Amino acid sequence: MSELGIVYALLGAAVAVLLSGTGSAIGVGIAGQAAAGVVTEDPSKFAKVLIIQLLPGTQGLYGLLIGFITLSKIGVLGGGLADLSVQTGLLILAACLPIGVVGLLSAIAQGKTAASSIGIVAKKPEQFGKAMLFPAMVETYAILALLISFLAVSGIQV
Amino acid sequence: MGKTKYTYAVARIRALETSLLTDAVIEQLLACKTAEQALQLLIEKGWGDASSGNDMDAVLSREEEKAWKVIRDVAPDMSVFDVLSYPKLYHNLKAAIKEVCTEVRNPNIFYDNCSIPGEEMLKIVENKDFARLPGNMSRTAQEAFETLLHTRDGQLCDIMIDKAALEAIRDAGRRSGEPIIDDYADTTVAIADIKIAVRSQKTGKSADFMHSAMAECRGVSVEQLVRAALSGMDEIAQYLEGTSYAGGAEALKESPSAFERWCDNRMIETMKPQKYETFSVGPLLGYLIARENEIKTVRIILTGKQNYFPDDAIRERIREMYV
Repeated sequence: MSELGIVYALLGAAVAVLLSGTGSAIGVGIAGQAAAGVVTEDPSKFAKVLIIQLLPGTQGLYGLLIGFITLSKIGVLGGGLADLSVQTGLLILAACLPIGVVGLLSAIAQGKTAASSIGIVAKKPEQFGKAMLFPAMVETYAILALLISFLAVSGIQV
Repeated sequence: MGKTKYTYAVARIRALETSLLTDAVIEQLLACKTAEQALQLLIEKGWGDASSGNDMDAVLSREEEKAWKVIRDVAPDMSVFDVLSYPKLYHNLKAAIKEVCTEVRNPNIFYDNCSIPGEEMLKIVENKDFARLPGNMSRTAQEAFETLLHTRDGQLCDIMIDKAALEAIRDAGRRSGEPIIDDYADTTVAIADIKIAVRSQKTGKSADFMHSAMAECRGVSVEQLVRAALSGMDEIAQYLEGTSYAGGAEALKESPSAFERWCDNRMIETMKPQKYETFSVGPLLGYLIARENEIKTVRIILTGKQNYFPDDAIRERIREMYV
């Protein structure tokens, strides 16, 4: 047994949660500034802008999911650490990278798009459905990254 | 993260843009029979406040104050708006120098909503304490003051200060580091230069006069504009056709008021793309210009109606709206 194997695997879980969580925090923060601006002038739009503000928050959840699966897999949750070789540890780290990196960047991009969409709601609240779609488009790529990370982490034999 | 510092401000401006006057409201104002009716319509739309009542001037100046208050509330950095306050600042300097030199005091000739209000400016000029003025303004003030004292030529003093104001606007635009502020500043200077050329041509001014009144900018060439103005109005129009101010040439041929309207419309055109910006200072500037523009248009409509101008004459002066 190599102790480094488990370190790499844990690093993978950390990367997935850290990067995607940071991205979501920044994204929700950017959209939140815009939402606050609109609500200052028109509090009746609170519910609509809140929904748009929350869209960049999903990447953090995806990262959490991958982190959780990884921790279960290597036995950090439920007791009894798995016996991992360095190679397997690195494989798990690599498997966690897609949701980490894509989560970080897509959440920031989605936050900016959400801020712009909040501008649509400010001026034309009846176009809320369309305004939601623009940031939702960015979500596609976070889901693709989630899918690959999920398949890869699940497929690695421990 | 610095690139998102205007996110809150822009979203708030976006919400406020819905209360800007649209072309439809302007039509409604035009359709009103009297100035009182038009003013009433504006008050129903939220213009003015309890203190301004039904007084046209009070309502309009209250609206101007409201626009600036919003910007002061939301802007993380007010220095980028120097370009907008310089005309008022330099106007105060001009008025103060004239008051001190002529030893006559007139009420209500100063702007108080700028960094150096009238009373303070008057004290600075009276005590010749020009060092308190910002940047190049102290040198300009000293020169203009001495020129007026020695020559008693009010116009010479005016053009010295006006040129300094244009240069200050242009430099503040470049300093701001914001492309839209720079564009606005350069367009302001270019339009002012074109106006100087047109008026100088009409009053038969010399090339030296024009050179001392116009400020260099990217939009137009002062040298070519002066040469065109010396040759005639057609030459000015011809020169403008080769620049990005080609629409001005058409307006010049139409009428002086069409030209003035074109100048304001050109500025609104420059600003319109800012309606789709989310992270820059542009929408704040666009909102301020749009409010100034609509207040000016409302003033034209109300004074037109007060003085029984025919509808066509008022309509000819109506500016394009931002929204």
